[in-house]
Amino acid sequence: MEFPILSLMLAVPLAGAIACLFLGAHTARMVALVATLVDLALGVLLWLNYDIGGAQWQFTERAEIFAGFSYALGIDGIALMLIMLSVFLMPICILASWDAISKRVGEYMSAFLLMEVLMIGVFASQDMFLFYIFFEAGLIPMYLIIGVWGGDNRIYASYKFFLYTLLGSVLMLIAMLWMANEAGTTDIPTLLNYDFSPQAQTWLWLAFFASFAVKMPMWPVHTWLPDAHVQAPTAGSVILAGVLLKLGGYGFIRFSLPMFPEASAQFTWFVFVLSMIAVIYTSLVALVQSDMKKLIAYSSVAHMAIVTAGIFAFNAQGIEGAVMVMLGHGLVSGALFLCVGVIYDRLHTREIARYGGLAINMPRYALFFLLFTMASIGLPGTSNFVGEFLALAGLYKVSTLVTLVCTTGIILGAAYMLYLYRRVVFGLQVNEDAARMPDLNAREWAMLAPIAAAVLWMGVYPESFLAPMRQDIAALEARVARAAPDFDADNTIGTPREHNANYVGSAHGEARGEEGAH
Amino acid sequence: MSYATSLYLTAAEIGLSITALVLLLLAAWNGDRSARLLTIIAVAALVGAAIFSIGLFDRSASEVAGRAFGDLYRADAFGSFGKVLIYLASAAVLIVTPRFFTQLGGYRAEYPVLMLFNAVGMGIMVSATDLMTLYIGLEMSSLSSYVLASFLRQDDRSSEAGLKYFVLGALASGIILYGVSLVYGFTGSTNYDGIRAAFALDFSTGALFGVVFVLAGVAFKISAVPFHMWTPDVYEGAPTPVTAFFASAPKVAAMGVLVRIAMDPFAGEVDAWRQIIIFAALASIVVGALGAIGQQNLKRLLAYSSINNVGFILIGLAAATAAGVASVLTYLTIYVAMVIGSFTSLLMLRDPAGQNLETFADIAGISTRRPALAWCLLVLMFSLAGIPPLFGFWGKFVVFQAAVQADLVALAAIGIAASVIGAFYYLKFIKVMFFDEPTRDVETSSPVSHWAVLGVCVAILSPFGYLLTIPLGEWTAQAAASFVAAM
Repeated sequence: MEFPILSLMLAVPLAGAIACLFLGAHTARMVALVATLVDLALGVLLWLNYDIGGAQWQFTERAEIFAGFSYALGIDGIALMLIMLSVFLMPICILASWDAISKRVGEYMSAFLLMEVLMIGVFASQDMFLFYIFFEAGLIPMYLIIGVWGGDNRIYASYKFFLYTLLGSVLMLIAMLWMANEAGTTDIPTLLNYDFSPQAQTWLWLAFFASFAVKMPMWPVHTWLPDAHVQAPTAGSVILAGVLLKLGGYGFIRFSLPMFPEASAQFTWFVFVLSMIAVIYTSLVALVQSDMKKLIAYSSVAHMAIVTAGIFAFNAQGIEGAVMVMLGHGLVSGALFLCVGVIYDRLHTREIARYGGLAINMPRYALFFLLFTMASIGLPGTSNFVGEFLALAGLYKVSTLVTLVCTTGIILGAAYMLYLYRRVVFGLQVNEDAARMPDLNAREWAMLAPIAAAVLWMGVYPESFLAPMRQDIAALEARVARAAPDFDADNTIGTPREHNANYVGSAHGEARGEEGAH
Repeated sequence: MSYATSLYLTAAEIGLSITALVLLLLAAWNGDRSARLLTIIAVAALVGAAIFSIGLFDRSASEVAGRAFGDLYRADAFGSFGKVLIYLASAAVLIVTPRFFTQLGGYRAEYPVLMLFNAVGMGIMVSATDLMTLYIGLEMSSLSSYVLASFLRQDDRSSEAGLKYFVLGALASGIILYGVSLVYGFTGSTNYDGIRAAFALDFSTGALFGVVFVLAGVAFKISAVPFHMWTPDVYEGAPTPVTAFFASAPKVAAMGVLVRIAMDPFAGEVDAWRQIIIFAALASIVVGALGAIGQQNLKRLLAYSSINNVGFILIGLAAATAAGVASVLTYLTIYVAMVIGSFTSLLMLRDPAGQNLETFADIAGISTRRPALAWCLLVLMFSLAGIPPLFGFWGKFVVFQAAVQADLVALAAIGIAASVIGAFYYLKFIKVMFFDEPTRDVETSSPVSHWAVLGVCVAILSPFGYLLTIPLGEWTAQAAASFVAAM
């Protein structure tokens, strides 16, 4: 029996969450910070002990303590990376809420720690129904975080978030029940290699798609996201953008693609079209936003569209790129929301027009904001460049048109991000109160500096992040290869001609002769 | 079969009847002064009956499948399971009752006596294997229920609730009796085995009418759509502890009757009754969900919620398999915990003057005044909405699993999609408690007895409830096996 590190990673925040309910404000903050840091340390331990190139599923645990499904945990490289993202962002979220949250602190910290349990649980589940339970349960703490600690229109946003995502998910449950009945197992690794009949796959794929597309979110079911982001407190937005949006992509990679390869092939263009619309449409919408959080929310939808397109490219490059975009976007959009939070805490408005010229009075802030803006655009040397480049390169093998449209989205991304940056940080200090804002304090340094370091690390040496996933993605590619549809840019290697193109040879004379005969 | 065996198998009901009669004498002798003592004795009797039924549950495989009195009554595993639920639910309701009535000017000694007679009736209902025993049990339970509904004699709403319940309940009993007479007329038997054998030979249109009437009458008792109209009014008007009782134990008993007659005498005619059940299930889910949206009164809201839940339970029955019966029992168990927990919380929500809080406006922002209670209600509401990781999800899970296994995928998909509508008003409950600003003062402490009942319910419904899935699965499967002979 190995050391049950995954269970421990679930137990630590759970114990913290229960404790926080009964504690006063200051102690609750400390408990939450310590619990998340312990989980981060455990996460690092997990990464260090992960055997790259070893067994596909590592750190497996299994206990038959439930009827109908089992408590089975285990991770592959993709799950490892996403767990790392969750445990990395969590302490930062707690720090971001340190002063911003002053009412009902214990309950707030408790909700966040519960979120952490559920997110780790989703990525570590090896049982379909255990996955579903963790997946759905995330709605409860997020509903409370938006509803209790959110902005003015929080109630509408919390309802919309909850009901939208719930409606998406329930059909997935019926599909899972059908699969469990058909395959006779709820074990995800077994199901990954189970072949459902193509007709059934279509229905199952659609049921899963309903759930993951809403979580992702894909156009046109993305409308809950801007509302939820704008109303959620800063840390809530960070978690929403940083980790919750990754559940959709993870679901596609873990379920839709390997379990229903034929259906995935069948729906490839459906996904591509939705992704293309999303990239262009939401980028244009982002361009005209006057609310900073809304702008970043729309940019998330655009980035996620590149993820979906990359996943459905059916090749290793595209999928690797998609996961890298997920990781990079998790860091960068989280950091951008933190940047918004920093100035929101000072001026209590998210209106872009209320700021301006921050580079003068907040130079260090401006530097961090610049780095994350550039990373969001996908500048080489930052995390998003690696992911977007890989995803688009994978996509190019598949369809030049889709690549063209998605790349346009990246150009539009540069437009709206630079426009945002110019209005907030550059220009004249038109608002006096904004001009008086102090620069970053130590706590804000502690939040932003680690993310900045990670963004640069991922941009300069992505191999650290790609290496653990490589084998799993190769296995996934091999699994879906049989169904991969034909694409326009699939360069097939033909048999070489005997002679080079301008060869004249002996035929030359005869040809001339014929010509002459005319 | 010896008479002694029959007496032994029915000992729970006999014991309760004797206790009730003795308590009746004591009540007449001592008046209302001893009401509290009588309640304690009644709770003890109910718990004793539950323990006896648990004992019988394990032994039910032997002794000719528990047949008593010439197969008028069968103490099989299914019946015992239902009885344990019924007796424990009745006991829990009795524990939280006295405080409510004391506040409103006097608790009377008839109350525990009526509850005991009601419990006897319900016990007979779930074990009846003859249409005559069934009817006796049904009426015994119903008549005590009518009195309980109008127990606050001075209160107009309570009297109205009692009257409505009586008139419509009598109508339903009449429908059942008419159906029974048709079934008897076409089969020549009132015994379940006899009816099944006769139906196997010939199932005429007249007999079909009998089946439909019997099912319609029972559908009234479980308040399934389209026979649900009485539920919101009666639940709102009846005193809150009585409402808690109506929503829990009699529902279990009536569901038990429905499952037994569907799976035993009518087991050969699944095609005849399945479409009725499917319609009632979907209609109940939708009407229960939509009807609740506009409600301001919490008891009315929970009435619609119970209609909604009945819909889900019926989906399990529509599967018409052993797994389906087991899922119905699992759902009922969880449902009882949810209902009793919810109503106990309502009983604990009072203003400083002791007046019960009954509308959304009253409970706005109580999470700041009564955080523990608000968190318990949060668990209960998310559980009712069927959101994992709370245990309410497990009830829906097993029901839909049974439906999918029986190839009723479309039914399951429509049912679960409609459950999202229901989630809306449970969310509203939580929104009012947690997101809104407090408007009025609330009582800040509650008696230990209420906390104990609520604590047990919430502990079952918390994620730790999943540890119960294995034993619960085994017990319900064993109970469902009572009908395998019939299938």
